[in-house]
Amino acid sequence: MQNIQDLEKILNSQLNTKIKSSLIKHNQIYLKIDETDLIEVILFLKTNPKTKFRQLIDITAVDFPENEIRFKLVYLLLSHEFNQRIIIEIDVKEKEIVGSITSIFPAANWMEREVFDMYGIDFKDHPDLRRILTDYGFEGHPLRKDFPLTGHNEVRYSHETKKVIYEPVKLEQNYRNFDYESPWEGTKYIKEQTKE
Amino acid sequence: MAKETKTLNLNFGPQHPAAHGVLRLILQLDGEIVEKADPHIGLLHRGTEKLIENKTYTQAVPYFDRLDYVAPMNQEHAFALAIEKILKIEVPIRAQYIRVMFCEIGRILSHILNVTTQAMDVGALTPTLWGFEEREILMGFYEKVSGSRLHANYFRAGGVHQDLPKGLDKEIGKFCERFPKIINDLELLLTDNRIFKQRNVDIGVVSKQDALDYSFSGVMLRGSGVAWDLRKSQPYDCYEQFEFKIPVGKNGDCYDRYLCRIEEMKESINIINQCLANLPVGPIKTDDGKISPPPKKEIKQSMEALIHHFKLYTEGYRVDKDEIYTAVEAPKGEFGVYLISDGSSKPYKCKIRAPGFSHLQAMDYLIKGHMLADVPAVLGSMDIVFGEVDR
Repeated sequence: MQNIQDLEKILNSQLNTKIKSSLIKHNQIYLKIDETDLIEVILFLKTNPKTKFRQLIDITAVDFPENEIRFKLVYLLLSHEFNQRIIIEIDVKEKEIVGSITSIFPAANWMEREVFDMYGIDFKDHPDLRRILTDYGFEGHPLRKDFPLTGHNEVRYSHETKKVIYEPVKLEQNYRNFDYESPWEGTKYIKEQTKE
Repeated sequence: MAKETKTLNLNFGPQHPAAHGVLRLILQLDGEIVEKADPHIGLLHRGTEKLIENKTYTQAVPYFDRLDYVAPMNQEHAFALAIEKILKIEVPIRAQYIRVMFCEIGRILSHILNVTTQAMDVGALTPTLWGFEEREILMGFYEKVSGSRLHANYFRAGGVHQDLPKGLDKEIGKFCERFPKIINDLELLLTDNRIFKQRNVDIGVVSKQDALDYSFSGVMLRGSGVAWDLRKSQPYDCYEQFEFKIPVGKNGDCYDRYLCRIEEMKESINIINQCLANLPVGPIKTDDGKISPPPKKEIKQSMEALIHHFKLYTEGYRVDKDEIYTAVEAPKGEFGVYLISDGSSKPYKCKIRAPGFSHLQAMDYLIKGHMLADVPAVLGSMDIVFGEVDR
């Protein structure tokens, strides 16, 4: 097994211009790179005999709606040979199109479809970019922070029309999101009430 | 006269007994040969990741039972480990033993279901009936320790919810004595069975390289000859202390995967026996009052315990700002949790890496050129459970 510090050194020396920052935490390497270098870096990690990250574990995104660059795209790779894991992060703006890595890892196909479905991030040169987990004809991207937990539509079988119909969500009681965080300092809604 | 041929589109599922749940598979057939398979998933999508973002860490645990619902505790394990690593919690050794033991019970639960239903998919009914009798007993153990047969909600960050009830270790021991004979019986029915072999040998062959490229893990990877098991390579909890072997296949076909699962069950029994023989005494969860709730007795007497109890069940415990990926060797493969915490008592993001998702993705690659009748055989050997694929 290769030492994780040595591995980080190799990465930093071979890819130095492409790495924005690297960090070892929880026995894993965290790399930050630019979107434009993504395909090159992943290809390097997969093919270089000193890294051999031959398996793509997962691709996911994180939404930070308050940030100017809204999304963070995360690639998790595993090297069986050296028993190491690496986490690659790139920042992606809303409506920015990211290069697809399906030509390097065929497994990326569904993972990118899922990111597209859940966050609405587009991938260039993806062979088949369709929604994957949500319903046919679904609108919106559920894992974005501004998507409501209860969704927009609900489905039921209508006895009148003898088919399944879509209706806007009707709730008998709103979803109650209590704020327990710091009762002594006064919670958000109390602060808002006292302001008036 | 020129003969006209055309391909036939066939809808396999979503309601089909051999689809192992709600899979809609659109097959393009040329006669009986499958030219293309397009799995449509998501019919069981419940938005688990979104729900977890809106619940406290304690409330999020039960969602993990509902992913791969044939081996619930293995998944709770991944989530508990993620939180423990961020908070740097020491888990008491007895809790680690109990967790390992129940993870192995989960592995047997899952493998019995898969082996026997794979046999049913290719025409053998008896193994299912025999195997499910044993699953019933194992789920009885789940019930005794957690209160429910399926959705256990038993593992906690820092240990487990409750100690084993009196006498349960003996019962599990008795089961372990008896079970190797049951595996033997199943093997008598299947391993040398001519029909079973005709349906499985050389079907759905995966090469080593493709298994890596398609992100296969668990038995799907080991069946192709890659000796990779997270319990050995990146041991978590007390797996280092146990002796067990990793069965590896040679040909990467459905039959090798079946053999791997049978051998893994024997190894699991071996691990459970080692757990029972050396089960340490002591606490079953961390004594940090900010993370694990106090015992009921103390709540009646100690003000501090009462406050802790109240805070833990309303606000929940806070997890420091961090991000981490942890994976466990679930029965179906590498089950991972990518957790981002922001210092509050709710996860900011919790991505669940389900092994079945990558396996099912390779359906098109695996089934191309096979006959229609091989679809259930390949699907059965992939060990798909839609709870985790659709999330």
